[in-house]
Amino acid sequence: MNSPTRRGTLVALHDISFSIAPGEVLGVVGESGAGKSMTGAAIIGLLEPPGRIAGGEIRLNGRRIDNLPYEQMRRIRGREIGAIFQDPLTTLNPLHTVGDQLIETMQTHMDLSAREARARAVGWLEMVGIPAAAQRVQSYPHEFSGGMRQRVVIALALCAEPKLIVADEPTTALDVSIQAQVIALLKRLAREKGTSMMLITHDMGVIAETADRVAVMYAGRIAEIGPVREVVKHPRHPYSVGLMASIPPLDRRVEQLAQIEGSMPRLSAIPPGCPFNPRCPRVFDRCLVERPELLEAGGTRAACWLYDEARPAPGMHEAADA
Amino acid sequence: MPDTAPDMLAVEDLARYFDVSRPWLQRVLVREPRRTLRAVDGISFAVPRGTTLSLVGESGCGKSTVARLVVGLYRPTEGRVLFDGLDLDQARATAEQRRRMQMIFQDPYASLNPRWRVRDIIAEPLRAFGLVQGRADQQARVAELLNQVGLSPLDGEKFPHEFSGGQRQRISIARALSSNPEFLVCDEPTSALDVSVQAQILNLMKELQRRLGLTYLFISHNLAVVRQVSDRIGVMYLGRLVELAPAETLFTAPRHPYTRALMEAIPDLEMSGRQRIPVGGEVPSPISPPPGCPFHPRCPLANDRCRIEPPALIPARGTPQTVTACHAVEEGRDHPGEAIPGLAPAAA
Repeated sequence: MNSPTRRGTLVALHDISFSIAPGEVLGVVGESGAGKSMTGAAIIGLLEPPGRIAGGEIRLNGRRIDNLPYEQMRRIRGREIGAIFQDPLTTLNPLHTVGDQLIETMQTHMDLSAREARARAVGWLEMVGIPAAAQRVQSYPHEFSGGMRQRVVIALALCAEPKLIVADEPTTALDVSIQAQVIALLKRLAREKGTSMMLITHDMGVIAETADRVAVMYAGRIAEIGPVREVVKHPRHPYSVGLMASIPPLDRRVEQLAQIEGSMPRLSAIPPGCPFNPRCPRVFDRCLVERPELLEAGGTRAACWLYDEARPAPGMHEAADA
Repeated sequence: MPDTAPDMLAVEDLARYFDVSRPWLQRVLVREPRRTLRAVDGISFAVPRGTTLSLVGESGCGKSTVARLVVGLYRPTEGRVLFDGLDLDQARATAEQRRRMQMIFQDPYASLNPRWRVRDIIAEPLRAFGLVQGRADQQARVAELLNQVGLSPLDGEKFPHEFSGGQRQRISIARALSSNPEFLVCDEPTSALDVSVQAQILNLMKELQRRLGLTYLFISHNLAVVRQVSDRIGVMYLGRLVELAPAETLFTAPRHPYTRALMEAIPDLEMSGRQRIPVGGEVPSPISPPPGCPFHPRCPLANDRCRIEPPALIPARGTPQTVTACHAVEEGRDHPGEAIPGLAPAAA
């Protein structure tokens, strides 16, 4: 998948390229406004106008999907790409029972008899851990608690057995104890069904527990991408380094948390060169003028000139192991 | 800290109930009794001068209601709030008294008037409490406050929308500090912020506490944040305090099964690959809380006593600096330090 996107005159996403293997969970982290959700929306084909993809392509199983007509894309959505959003109450239709919503989704995308679809709906509710599924299938969304509703949304996203799930902050609206249940569920189902997943969240803990690889986004670009263990334990890009260090640790008390000075630039005022240069502790002259591409950084790929072997940064030798 | 001085804040058997009954006619027609939501149900704690007490818990546990009771935005149904040894009614009787207590809210977008310039927002308490004489004095004080929270005095000319979330929270803090308070109630001050900005605000709050000797009541759902800022931590569940302990003790030796489950549930960055055992079930409704211990339906250690008799908050066996409301801890059935056997099987 490859989706460089531009939004009107505002470039919201710039040169985002990544791929997700079958059965893989790719985490996408970043702060608000970094472009995480927009990347997800571009893949599902739900960019809000006037936003549009101005360049690049998105391929699903080798087939290009970013230029499909609306009707064809609608068929792919649900059947091949499932979506889970942050707020389960706005995802579900309040006027239909959860059973009807599951049945409608399955019958739209699969050749199933009404009886078969109903049986499967109950099966899905059981699979996502809703007690007394046979009765609850006739309940309306408002009759469920927040955690249970998010389980219904997960069932809805999975019921047509899509190959890819885009989950945008699926646990952010939930309490910690419920969040743990939902993460465990998502992980288990993705593994059992061999579904690929793009997990968008700002919570690094959720990514660390769930994802195989992670992309760190900053100001509409990928700052770093690599295996989750590498990125969390040994981040290479100075932004990832700052981001990881600023997460308050649960296992000890630190007197002074590491902080990144300043804040992320607005999309209308992204500085030339590397977008992180005004806040970067290791900035040097090249960062102010030239925008870095993703470079091999030993284990991960980082968009940072510190990792350009052809033109090493000044003072790079002593800092290399820092 | 001198032993003789009263605690900055003390709360005794505080309770706040809300009447959530349906309208009278509807109630009579369907013969439904009145319904009461026990948002806060008999909690007691004290915050010594110059320290931070945090209250943590999941949504609906009553922690924000406590914050509002403490600053007098709600009146307690039962119990009382003592501020510097005085009952809250007396402690908030005069402007000079009210000045000593301020609050920082969660949402820096909703808590600043969008039509006012930042300098007016910060100067409002100065004028209301008569803390400055004349314009020059006011300007100087606003500039000083802006400096104190890491903004430039020039920022006073701008409107709130020109700032990011973290900067707005700095403005909220500057406004709260403008009346020279001794005590700040912070209700989820960093929950709306991104993590790198959250670190800035937490560092700022700690630095201000050191410099100005402030006392904080800190409300949060994030245990990792709470660990960084607190001297003592209270864990709330369904309107009650289930455990109250020094911060480090709570994290190294959590006692109440709910506290232990909560710590177990948080995803961390360790990636030890350990299988988490999520707490099963959900928080029951505070309108009809379960009898006995409110946690018993989800608790793997619950027995018949837990289902009938509400536990009192008493010093825990083994870690007496911790007080906890749990029959299992009292009876020594809790096996501290080990994984709780069969911590309720998760539905997932």
